[in-house]
Amino acid sequence: MRVVVDLARCQSYGQCVFAAPEVFELTGPEVLEYDSAPSDHLREQAERARAACPVQAITIGPAAGPTRDATAAPPRSAAIDTVGGQR
Amino acid sequence: MEVGVEHRLSPTSTAAGLPDDGHVVIVGASLAGLHGAEALREQGFAGQITLVGEEPHPPYDRPPLSKRVLAGRMSADDTGLPQREDFEAQWRLGTAAVSLDRAAKTVTLADGDVLGFDKLLIATGARARPWPKVHEAALGGVFSIRTRDDARALQARLATRPRRVLVIGAGFVGSEAASVCRELGLDVTVVERSPAPLVGALGGPAGSAAGRLQRRHGVDLRTNTSVRSLEGDGVGRLRRAALSDGDILDVDVAIVALGAVRNVEWLAGSALSVDGRGVRCDAYCRAVDSAGQPDDDVLVAGDIARWPHPLFDGELLAVEHWDNAVRQARVAAVTMLHGPVLQHTALPAFWSNQFGVNIKSVGVPARADQFAVVQGSVENSAFVAAYGQQGRVIGALAVNMPRALDAYATMITNRASFPPVARIPDAPDPIRVLDTALPPLGQAAPDAGRPQPDEQRAGARPSL
Amino acid sequence: MSDHIPTTARSLVDLAASTPQQDLFARVLDQRSRPNPYPLYAALRRQPVSRQADGTWVVSGYDEIAALLHDPRISSDMRNAGQESAPGAEKSFILRDPPSHDRLRGAVMARFTPAVVESLRADVRRITGELLDAAGSQGRIDLVDEVAYPLPVSVICKLLGIPPEDEARFHVWADTLARSLDRDPDMTQEEADQIQHAADALADYLTQFTAERAKNPGEDLISGLLTGGAHTEPLRGDELVVTTRLLLIAGHETTVNLITNGMLTLLRHPDILTRFRREPALVVPMVEELVRYEPSVQFRYRATLDDIDVGGTTIPGGSAVVLLLAAGSRDPHHFDQPEQFIPDRTPNEHFGFGGGIHYCVGAPLARLEAHVVLPELVRRLENPRLAEDPPPYRPTAALRGPRHLWLNVDRVRP
Repeated sequence: MRVVVDLARCQSYGQCVFAAPEVFELTGPEVLEYDSAPSDHLREQAERARAACPVQAITIGPAAGPTRDATAAPPRSAAIDTVGGQR
Repeated sequence: MEVGVEHRLSPTSTAAGLPDDGHVVIVGASLAGLHGAEALREQGFAGQITLVGEEPHPPYDRPPLSKRVLAGRMSADDTGLPQREDFEAQWRLGTAAVSLDRAAKTVTLADGDVLGFDKLLIATGARARPWPKVHEAALGGVFSIRTRDDARALQARLATRPRRVLVIGAGFVGSEAASVCRELGLDVTVVERSPAPLVGALGGPAGSAAGRLQRRHGVDLRTNTSVRSLEGDGVGRLRRAALSDGDILDVDVAIVALGAVRNVEWLAGSALSVDGRGVRCDAYCRAVDSAGQPDDDVLVAGDIARWPHPLFDGELLAVEHWDNAVRQARVAAVTMLHGPVLQHTALPAFWSNQFGVNIKSVGVPARADQFAVVQGSVENSAFVAAYGQQGRVIGALAVNMPRALDAYATMITNRASFPPVARIPDAPDPIRVLDTALPPLGQAAPDAGRPQPDEQRAGARPSL
Repeated sequence: MSDHIPTTARSLVDLAASTPQQDLFARVLDQRSRPNPYPLYAALRRQPVSRQADGTWVVSGYDEIAALLHDPRISSDMRNAGQESAPGAEKSFILRDPPSHDRLRGAVMARFTPAVVESLRADVRRITGELLDAAGSQGRIDLVDEVAYPLPVSVICKLLGIPPEDEARFHVWADTLARSLDRDPDMTQEEADQIQHAADALADYLTQFTAERAKNPGEDLISGLLTGGAHTEPLRGDELVVTTRLLLIAGHETTVNLITNGMLTLLRHPDILTRFRREPALVVPMVEELVRYEPSVQFRYRATLDDIDVGGTTIPGGSAVVLLLAAGSRDPHHFDQPEQFIPDRTPNEHFGFGGGIHYCVGAPLARLEAHVVLPELVRRLENPRLAEDPPPYRPTAALRGPRHLWLNVDRVRP
């Protein structure tokens, strides 16, 4: 399960924090943080948050991509040398 | 929601020449590409969709990279974006597109494959602007924050508790990185050529407030300053940085946060209107060719697009924001299916969290020449500021007042006059109008060598 | 406004269509419109911002309401529209503007945490179970008096730390004071006196109670408000009394209506009721749809501090404005099939809990209660049928809900 919040829409009403306290948290008076890959047992909470969001900014779904396992892609390390974009 | 708008499109809209069994190629498998594909499926497109991505990873979310991931509260691997539903698509990840032939309607990939398309969505976005001196950029300990791999590597390095982190550039990414460093208890020096942080996007007065916030959190902020050189030790690890103020800093880590470079090189032979600022398109997201004509079959969305926004005439708008990537890709999908019936008119909107503060903006503050705090107080770190240009409200900033911003979006759309004159209970009295170009901290240093100042003036916030 | 108001949907639509725009809101306030005000709302939306005969401006379109909910030139203090408030009465934060609104609301929010709300879940379950057990012997139950009404008062008393033996008095006060949230022009002097009497009695009780809590603080919300927090000042005296009173009234009537309207709506949609029995998790999106489709709070009053352009109309400064939230939540420009009850509607960006800086503080608790109670009602009530439809309604138009909801049931399952 993957969660993403459109934080341009989000107005920090905090309803998601009540609905799913193990997924969403306010780390400052208006600063929302969330677990974007909560474990499956938190699905019910996360769905409650999605429904409760006053601006409907929460999307929940399977990880996008060719497989459901987003970690399948080979990791690459190094920093600056991966910066190069389209050549 | 824009989905609703799309559903309300008249069924009599002229079909745009995309056959039911046609092939849509989306180059760029990040936020815009994903939403373009989703929107096509949501609107019933049953043909083939191929997503081409240079990175090996499926679409992931960039904003957490410079915040939660860097702070070690979230794994870089957990940034994968959700998709609304399962949708059928071919994924070509780890393979860059290298050229576009519009006449043949083909895209050539780095591995030599040639993909034919009926419609193409260009969504290759941008990459981090590297440190210009190649041998210095290659030093161990010099990082960017654009990709998931960048963030993973930098987080691992920060976790080893370097003595001092140098952040080069106090735009949003640099400021967020500095915020994380302070949160981790690391000493951090931020070097910024402008007179204040965030000044390119938000102007002098707001930048000045941002600077005070950084210093209050223990950041060694050097404005009107640049990095002359980065120096390594015998085995190629960063050890020192020489600053334009004459200081030599002992640093183990440098974070290069100088904005972004559009990934346009692969379009060199396409005869589209392309330059370093992006790909020109119309409000329906159709790419404009070098003769100024829109190409019905080549669409553009996300960080790489530059388009005429009906509210902000004159210069083309290029917006490196999350929200824009999503909305613009969805408009592009509508154009593919229905032709030019829906314009991309969403107001630019961005957000940032740094130093415990929520920052949101709407409109184009970077283009404004006037600024006024209209609600709350800067001293309490809770305020709304309106931005004006030629007597009109064109942007607004909300710091720790996210629920206040919608009213100003309405004012921008309604071309309300600036300064907004109103009796507002929590307005400062009197409302003071300031010049956004005011050098807030003394005289600005000469700006020679500043990377792409036009881009900073365009307020293009790196979409991290 | 004394002519007959019909009750069939068709004739209501005809009536709404033939009523002059400027008289529509007076019809909304008319008690006889209570069972189905929605055709009137649809008629009002033809002109999303419209001036009524008495000078009040009614805003009924989604976009227009959304704009005003977020507009800093909109005041919740009706003195700004020339309306008197009760002499000497301290105002609760829903009738205030920033900055004092923010201070008082912030004090409550600081104590009304996710952990506090979650800690009430077990109480909500237990109380619901007890109430249904008590209703168990009869074939006919009044959902209002036997379940929906007692539950929220008990929960709020628990939250506030009110001893169980005093709860009965709170039930009476809450009932009476709910009317004070409604600016009903038909209110008699006798009713006004009753409200004042209840307010005084509650104030006396709370003054004594808070004085006692100040000496012996507990884990409850009132003790928390007395102590203050890291970023909030302690509340004292009148501020504490009116804040507590607000939590009692606003948190009570709205929840009664949510539960009752919920069951009423389900019984009017047997196919959805059947699906809900199979699929109890449906309650999560369904509660959002309930507060869109049959919201407890139908409208709120505001005052303009300045001339405001909205929806192509200019509302002059100093005007009284009705934000007709329930009409906005059925605006066809924002919702597909707005008159349909679609339990898993997505997205559902409704005004069921308001919006902007006054967004319902108690929304998380209301959701929790509905999430617990509705599946439990459906599980335990065997073959429930409406004894009368429409049911009798309470007088208030702003906080709209049935006075009784008589159900015939084969039995109440254990």
